[in-house]
Amino acid sequence: MEKLKLRLKSEPVHQAKEISKEIVEDLMGLIRENTTTSIERTVLRFFGITGADIDDTPYVNIIVKHLMKKGVLEMGASLYVLNACVYHDKEPEEIAKMVAEENLDLTEIPMGDYDKINALSQKLTQAAMDHITKIKDERDQLLYKTWSDPPRPYKYVIVATGNIHEDVVQAQTAARQGADIIAVIRSTAQSLLDYVPEGATTEGFGGTYATQENFRIMRKALDVVGKEQNRYIRLVNYASGLCMPEIAMMGAWEGLDFLLNDSMYGILFRDINMKRTIIDQYFSRLICAASHITINTGEDNYLTTSDAIEKAYAVTASQLINEAFALKAGMEPKYMGLGHAFEINPDIKDGLSYEIAHALLTRELFPEATLKYMPPTKHMTGDIFKGYAMNTMFNFVSVLTGQDIQLLGMLTEAIHTPFMQDRYLAVKNADYIFNNAFSLGKEFSIDDDSFISQRAHKVLEQAIELLEHTREVGLMQSIEEANFADIKRTQTGGKGLDGVVKKSPKYYNPFEGVFRRLLNIDSQVFEGGVR
Amino acid sequence: MMIYPYGDTTNDGAMQLSFTLPLKAGALAKEAAKRLVKKMGFEKAEVVSMQDLGGDFSFFVVYGHTTTGINTDDIQVVEAKFDHMDRVQVDEYIEEQIGRKLVVVGATIESDAHTVGLDAILNMKGYHGDYGLERYKNFEVYNMGSQVLCEDLIKKCKEVKADAILVSQIVTQKNIHVKNLSKLMDLMEAEGLRHQLIAAVGGPRISHELALELGYDIGFGPGTIPSQVASYIATTEKERLENE
Repeated sequence: MEKLKLRLKSEPVHQAKEISKEIVEDLMGLIRENTTTSIERTVLRFFGITGADIDDTPYVNIIVKHLMKKGVLEMGASLYVLNACVYHDKEPEEIAKMVAEENLDLTEIPMGDYDKINALSQKLTQAAMDHITKIKDERDQLLYKTWSDPPRPYKYVIVATGNIHEDVVQAQTAARQGADIIAVIRSTAQSLLDYVPEGATTEGFGGTYATQENFRIMRKALDVVGKEQNRYIRLVNYASGLCMPEIAMMGAWEGLDFLLNDSMYGILFRDINMKRTIIDQYFSRLICAASHITINTGEDNYLTTSDAIEKAYAVTASQLINEAFALKAGMEPKYMGLGHAFEINPDIKDGLSYEIAHALLTRELFPEATLKYMPPTKHMTGDIFKGYAMNTMFNFVSVLTGQDIQLLGMLTEAIHTPFMQDRYLAVKNADYIFNNAFSLGKEFSIDDDSFISQRAHKVLEQAIELLEHTREVGLMQSIEEANFADIKRTQTGGKGLDGVVKKSPKYYNPFEGVFRRLLNIDSQVFEGGVR
Repeated sequence: MMIYPYGDTTNDGAMQLSFTLPLKAGALAKEAAKRLVKKMGFEKAEVVSMQDLGGDFSFFVVYGHTTTGINTDDIQVVEAKFDHMDRVQVDEYIEEQIGRKLVVVGATIESDAHTVGLDAILNMKGYHGDYGLERYKNFEVYNMGSQVLCEDLIKKCKEVKADAILVSQIVTQKNIHVKNLSKLMDLMEAEGLRHQLIAAVGGPRISHELALELGYDIGFGPGTIPSQVASYIATTEKERLENE
């Protein structure tokens, strides 16, 4: 694929990146000084605790709630669980059962020999790291060595039946039709659950619950088709929400390839508390970066709630902030699936020129990122024939401008979750356009004084304005002022603030240090050993 | 009057169908598709395209001619009737006929996380070049956003003394919207709120008929613009006050 070139001026690009870096830097203190219930649950999951009680409350939730009630979560959940393991000579999962079923009080166990606790901590941490490293290496082997990475744009389709077993049938069929990436849409509102459900699930609304068992089932199903077809099929799920770190851990554990993971989506579009989200996204991205999971950010949402031309700069600003946060978490640019969308009203004259300008701006602003391009949804009407034509234009802009992840538009968008044939038609449309316009981009050049070039520079300029103000007042204040997506959120509002806990100076979380060393992040995050 | 689908000749009954069968693409699948369509009452079914979807699935496009017609004289449709005014007219109407601001509370309820429809009607910006209710001088709008519990919505309506409640439902899988809307209606009845306000529901799969069935005053389907909703609320509120 030879793409069109915009020749973006380097000075504003440099300026935008510097400002974003400072915006994010300003929040590192908040991230360093606090933990969350979800981060603590993640650590327990890494120690091998799964399962739930008879009311389907996961054991990790029971333990973290117990420690919070006792007022000791500020020390980190791992310390108490490790201590109990040493004291009772049991595995973490057995301890979890004792807490859940026999009301074992972890805080009543006398704090034991720190050397033994440290040794056990190291053993369990190493075992977890060995597992996710193995999963990562196996994927990289299959994707780049055994077989090869498919040509871009990758063809990405969704399944959303609510029943994981039915999802498998649809996902396998879609992969056989040529889809490179399968996303299992989550049940609506899962982002607001402050726990991750257990086991295989067969009922959901508008999607299927993200559970570790569902991840495992789908990974296995795609590997079957992969073997048939001698190629690796990527699997996607969604992490943004109240359980961002936990879902990242499960994704790393079960071999997921992409996770929706946005630093602001939960705050703006799901009314999750901003502190909670900012703290959670960091730990979640450490896991993704260490596991070579490509994060996908949700900038498309700015355009479904606001006007796609007017608010184009909000997409750019958010991409820059997402990139800056990801860099802080030690993520390589190629694992950044920064998002944008083809959402301009089709009735607008020369709408395609705007779309090309916006797509090229994103491409050149993040040359190494694995960009995620979202299809029209807002202006899909139920007229499937027009919808199919719009998706064709979307595919055309993508191949012309060199996008990476193509979320294939469904002609039945706004009607129902995709039928088997809808995915087929979407894949065939993409195959046709991507092949037919493969090298078209290099046949044209864009003049600096053309509409497309001027428009791209203008959007960048507007984004810089927003970022400059945001740097001045701070990201949280800027969100309070409704500068992003016209949605106003407060620092103390939204869901999940009660799950934010200020760390004690003796806080202990073995994974934070391990990830940071692995990712070569130097930072002042308290690492320590058990003291 | 008897009518039939129109392909290229009056009353030819021509229709296009497309569907997937759980069969490997091949002669058997093609024949099965053809017979299926004929069994549905079509004459001269012609399979114009068969595509292999992989595995045991194939996709068909079939043209058929139906002999079934419909007598339009037998049909009665339920259609919401109200005068459609623009924003300025609605504001004037409220001022002259009611004399105070109307309070509107909107929400997407229960599990539904989609605010696109709600925002299109309520947000300042509106939809399709038609300003949203927030832009009107004489509406006081509370947009509660998505995933609002029915209980919370009712609490809000009481708190702000709502004249109208606007509920948007987009997700309709397994009829979840019917469940959600019924729950809200039951709660409104139980709280004695039902007859104190206008209850409107909107969404891409919502019809006026369905809304009435569920006990609401009106259902707004796809393509509805804010001034229609505004006109309906203003005129209905006036009638309601007259009947009190």
